[in-house]
Amino acid sequence: MPDIKSFTMNFGPQHPSAHGVLRLILELEGEVIVRADPHVGLLHRGTEKLAESKPYNQSIGYMDRLDYVSMMSNEHAYVLSIEKLLNIDVPIRAQYIRVMFDEITRILNHLLWLGAHALDIGAMSVFLYAFREREDLMDCYEAVSGTRMHATYYRPGGVAKDLPHIMPKYEQSKWKSKKDIDKLNEAREGSLLDFIEDFTNRFPKCIDEYETLLTDNRIWKQRTVDIGIVSKERALQLGFSGPMLRGSGIAWDLRKKQPYETYKSLDFDIPVGTNGDCYDRYLVRIEEMRQSNKIIKQCIDWLKKNDGDFLSDNNKITPPSRSEVKEDMESLIYHFKLFTEGYCIPKGEVYCAVEHPKGEFGVTLISDGSNKPYRLKMRAPGFPHLAALNEMVSGHMISDVVAVIGTQDIVFGEIDR
Amino acid sequence: MNNQNKNINKNFSGNTKLEKLFEEKFCSFDYFFENNNTVIFDESDSIKVLTILQDNSLVKFEILIDLIAIDYSDYEVSEWNTKNANNLGYSRGIKKDSSGRYTYETAKKNFNQPKHRFSVIYNLLSVTSNTRLNVKVYCKNDENPTLPSVTSIWSSANWYEREAYDLFGIIFSNHPDLRRLLTDYGFIGYPLRKDFPLIGNVEVNYDLKKERVIYQPVTIKPRVLIPKVIRDTNKEDDKNA
Repeated sequence: MPDIKSFTMNFGPQHPSAHGVLRLILELEGEVIVRADPHVGLLHRGTEKLAESKPYNQSIGYMDRLDYVSMMSNEHAYVLSIEKLLNIDVPIRAQYIRVMFDEITRILNHLLWLGAHALDIGAMSVFLYAFREREDLMDCYEAVSGTRMHATYYRPGGVAKDLPHIMPKYEQSKWKSKKDIDKLNEAREGSLLDFIEDFTNRFPKCIDEYETLLTDNRIWKQRTVDIGIVSKERALQLGFSGPMLRGSGIAWDLRKKQPYETYKSLDFDIPVGTNGDCYDRYLVRIEEMRQSNKIIKQCIDWLKKNDGDFLSDNNKITPPSRSEVKEDMESLIYHFKLFTEGYCIPKGEVYCAVEHPKGEFGVTLISDGSNKPYRLKMRAPGFPHLAALNEMVSGHMISDVVAVIGTQDIVFGEIDR
Repeated sequence: MNNQNKNINKNFSGNTKLEKLFEEKFCSFDYFFENNNTVIFDESDSIKVLTILQDNSLVKFEILIDLIAIDYSDYEVSEWNTKNANNLGYSRGIKKDSSGRYTYETAKKNFNQPKHRFSVIYNLLSVTSNTRLNVKVYCKNDENPTLPSVTSIWSSANWYEREAYDLFGIIFSNHPDLRRLLTDYGFIGYPLRKDFPLIGNVEVNYDLKKERVIYQPVTIKPRVLIPKVIRDTNKEDDKNA
């Protein structure tokens, strides 16, 4: 019998299940992992450094590109921190719009996670189902901001535009007949809110579909149950947050515990796991999608009944309307100042966090009283999660690495920044 | 500095548990408040203080949410000092050595010298009592900033400290594995320090003749369009209010 020696293997950075550009150095003993050393930073763009050289509003777009599957949630934390330092109020309608889009973003994120995670461990079809629904939500992004992904929709003091009264429609082409087009446009006859409402009515059935594919699937369970178990104590020690923490049985959700915007007045539950394995985290995220759907419904109800401002009228922070600029001298000055120099924020340090789809996304903003952030630090939820990869995969088989990377919902935009 | 402890009530905004914790456990330490949620401790006490904060019966800070390093050498330095109007427009506010505009060669050597150049904020969260606290520690040594590692208290500190070392060059003593994290293999310099140019130092390129990836000096030019301005407009607002 020859001696089996441990050997080192390189995984990634170009690997389909490395979720982007993760490079892992795996020390193996046979097929069992002894140590996993993630090498990150291949997507490091220096967002924090770049933000220091730009006025506050110009960095909102960078936030989308941090965690590029939950764009608006990133913006939210950044915008909240600016608002907190400026001490300005956000109109209630804007708060509801933000909450609604935060939850749409959560569904978007979880759908991509579900599809990619399932694809990684062998279930192809879930990916296709998940992307079918993502398409509709992307259209909501597009309707409201003009872009499907990097929306740059939130602004300090509210959101950039009010919700549109019409929903963009498909057009007839040589590939799509009139009959197909009519079917596709059925839900798009009304406003954006009508379209989202139609989606929320359809969506629970879609989640049931995903669940029939996975929840009792024997292969799915074999690949996820008892894989990557994290105890409560370790989850806290390792700085986990979001579904990773809740999967380990700690009922911690910033939307409930430290409510921001209008979450206080909304009715929803926090799902919590028991074992802290990949399967529990899967169940938690599935339930989160149902809860998000519920929140979106409540937001639609409110937004349909109530009208109001979508952006603060403090013209030092938000641009005055075009007609005001043409008639009012002061508005013209505000407009000029805002777009040439930006606004100065009082000296201070602030930390604002939101319950991002992946966990706690926080922004530490340090201002020295100027029109640019003195220091901007993003607390990416995936960062401590990936740091715990070594602990989670040690002792597991090599194929479980893929399951653990999947369950952590890793996105390199936010980890590498 | 102990006499400053009296403003606890104001600073903890009525969190009695936290007040009690500070009265009981930290009476022998020097500390003072910076703002509503940040407590500054001395570098030499940091390990003791953070150990107590992580494990005590009153407010257990189980999670180290974030670790933020700051370089204060450019703090409150404005580029826009012109008092008189002239025909140069915005360009009169642009200095070649101001932040974001210098290159590796022209980086300023003489800083606005703050009392301490580097500091680290430990952003703590207590899940059981739903409380946040920032603990701030200034590095006494500006040349070789060194702090004790807190990896033995919170495992999550491991990567946070590696990141702070990578981007700011702060050494964390007793760290089990202090390697660079985000920057390239063999990277030189600490990119988030204020004397590191925004355009960087080297760029990677594929050399067709050598048939390999090479490093070469950056070819892009610094291009920051809007000057950093400090205005006290907010102060005026306060007066009016």
